[in-house]
Amino acid sequence: MAAPWVSLRLVAPMWNGTRGIHRLGGAVVPEGNQKKERKMLQFLNNHFYDVEALRGYLLQREMSKVHLKNRFRDKEWIRPDKYGHFSPEFWNFREVPVEAVDASDCEINYEGLDNLLLLKELQSLSLQRCPHVDDWCLSRLYPLVDSLQELSLAGCPRVSERGLACLHHLQNLRRLDISDLPAVSNPGLTQILVEEMLPNCQVVGVDWAEGLKLGPEEQPQDTASPVPA
Amino acid sequence: VAHTGRTVGRLGEGDWDGKVSEIKKKIKSILPGTPCDVLPDTSHLPPEHSDVVIVGGGVLGLSVAYWLKQLENRRGGMRVLVVERDHTYSQASTGLSVGGICQQFSLPENIQLSLFSASFLRNINEYLAVTNAPPLDLQFNPSGYLLLASEKDAAAMESNVKVQKQEGAKVCLMSPDQLRNKFPWINTEGVALASYGMENEGWFDPWCLLHGLRQKLTSMGVFFCQGEVTRFVTSSQRMMTTDDEMVTLKSIHEVHVKMDHSLEYQPVECAIVINAAGAWSAQIAALAGIGKGPPGTLQGTKLPVEPRKRYVYVWHCPQGPGLETPLVADTSGAYFRREGLGSNYLGGRSPAEEEEPDPANLEVDHDFFQEKVWPHLALRVPAFETLKVQTAWAGYYDYNTFDQNGVVGPHPLVVNMYFATGFSGHGLQQAPGVGRAVAEMILEGSFQTIDLSPFLFNRFYLGEKTHENNIM
Repeated sequence: MAAPWVSLRLVAPMWNGTRGIHRLGGAVVPEGNQKKERKMLQFLNNHFYDVEALRGYLLQREMSKVHLKNRFRDKEWIRPDKYGHFSPEFWNFREVPVEAVDASDCEINYEGLDNLLLLKELQSLSLQRCPHVDDWCLSRLYPLVDSLQELSLAGCPRVSERGLACLHHLQNLRRLDISDLPAVSNPGLTQILVEEMLPNCQVVGVDWAEGLKLGPEEQPQDTASPVPA
Repeated sequence: VAHTGRTVGRLGEGDWDGKVSEIKKKIKSILPGTPCDVLPDTSHLPPEHSDVVIVGGGVLGLSVAYWLKQLENRRGGMRVLVVERDHTYSQASTGLSVGGICQQFSLPENIQLSLFSASFLRNINEYLAVTNAPPLDLQFNPSGYLLLASEKDAAAMESNVKVQKQEGAKVCLMSPDQLRNKFPWINTEGVALASYGMENEGWFDPWCLLHGLRQKLTSMGVFFCQGEVTRFVTSSQRMMTTDDEMVTLKSIHEVHVKMDHSLEYQPVECAIVINAAGAWSAQIAALAGIGKGPPGTLQGTKLPVEPRKRYVYVWHCPQGPGLETPLVADTSGAYFRREGLGSNYLGGRSPAEEEEPDPANLEVDHDFFQEKVWPHLALRVPAFETLKVQTAWAGYYDYNTFDQNGVVGPHPLVVNMYFATGFSGHGLQQAPGVGRAVAEMILEGSFQTIDLSPFLFNRFYLGEKTHENNIM
């Protein structure tokens, strides 16, 4: 199956644990006293221009932070920054083609993908739980057609069946993980259509019987399949 | 004196009791603490003064309003009023559109407009962010456009693709063999070459864009009014050109907006008027006196935009092409695309000049599908021989009869009327770029980012066609 993961960690996971006031794109249901906070905030927002302007400003700042993290475009993508965060051993690997990238939980977005698309021998890519990977990003993956064999999109909140339709370019794909995609409207049907679209690929993640009504003696099956991270 | 209903009044004839109650009512209405009905309710009328009046509240009008507010130097520096005749948008081209966006044009300006629009749509939640509102989901399908060319069009397609690649569009050419390989459901008979858009092309939900724009504009302080523009009040100035010719320049300083189902109208004093009325732009232009003059002169040049009816049909075909299907445009002009996950497709075809349907209403001609659309679809995709039409609708193209490209920018004689119309079927996909261009023209005096000089009004008088080859 998958080649042993060389966990090079070239794109370090930068999971922002704290939540900004306006969590980008997330329809997160707040529980408990977070709900009260939200209501209070909405009330203030509706009554005071200052609060509205402040929230607008903070939202702009959050967005520009994401842009900042994706700014290494059109440059040599393996680059130590001025504090030398990448270890000197990297220089030994300069000639070695990158085979696998694990970008799980990373805040990579459409512009940031410029860096990954330069990897002409990339075989395995994991974009699990990336909050900014959406349908537009999937339409950019076709340059990896010759080498990409494994792709995981599990848990990406913005990927829907419309983005999955662009994956038909990746004819060498052998394993595709589309489990746990909340934006997909009909996971069972999508699984079937994606399997038809990529006949040589093993599509993992959704049990096609999920949408069907279960008989009284059957138990609901666990659809989340473990993917080696 | 006893109070009876009728008294022979010492204070004159008439009903004394009635008069007393009338006087009591008047006093009551003037006293504080009671609702004062002396002033009539004007909440449905537009404001009396507005810097910019945009005629037409479709995607182009809203896009111009958005960019005007976005690019103004001072917050709240410009009052913008959008006048839309029909708030249900029942006949507006925006809502009835198929919603496609593609960069496969022959004109570099069109390609750049579409590229910018794609990036606008991609980052729509940054452009149209409103605090507390949920993010917009455009339902964008990045599946691309596939244009098929017969033997005689193949050379034109090749040169078009070269221009497109130069401008930065991601398009590739495919031979019939490659087509069969990639899309086994296509019958490549009669196809010599195909061009396939790989990125930034597809289709989306135009209502969502419209709603997002309206929401953002309301939060930016743009005024909306439901009414019809019935009159422009202009003032003229006679000036001498450098060739010593007398020219009459007109300037609109008042717009009369008439309310629905009533004779009531509001005169709005304005500085700039934007004609984004889509299929009805010619009527608005005529109101300003554009085209009233001897034919062959600049005064006599009308705005050559007229409504053209186009049909869209939705059908179901269980064995039809799969999830990877792009929007396919056949050599015959017929096109189709998938709609949703359930084996539904929609498509249509532009009729030939002689077969143009009557644009007086939006009734659908189902025979048109049977005779002029289905045969071509079934030839190109054999699975479509067994399809079943579910529903259909019709919409207008704001068709530019001169050269099927948009009209953008000021009129040479009516100096403060700016056009943003006439896009003949690709207005929706170019709206963000055009809106920005018009706003730049108004605020800076010239096009800053994308140069749309080939789309100015002058070309109708000078006879220079800016022709676009790839129209659907």
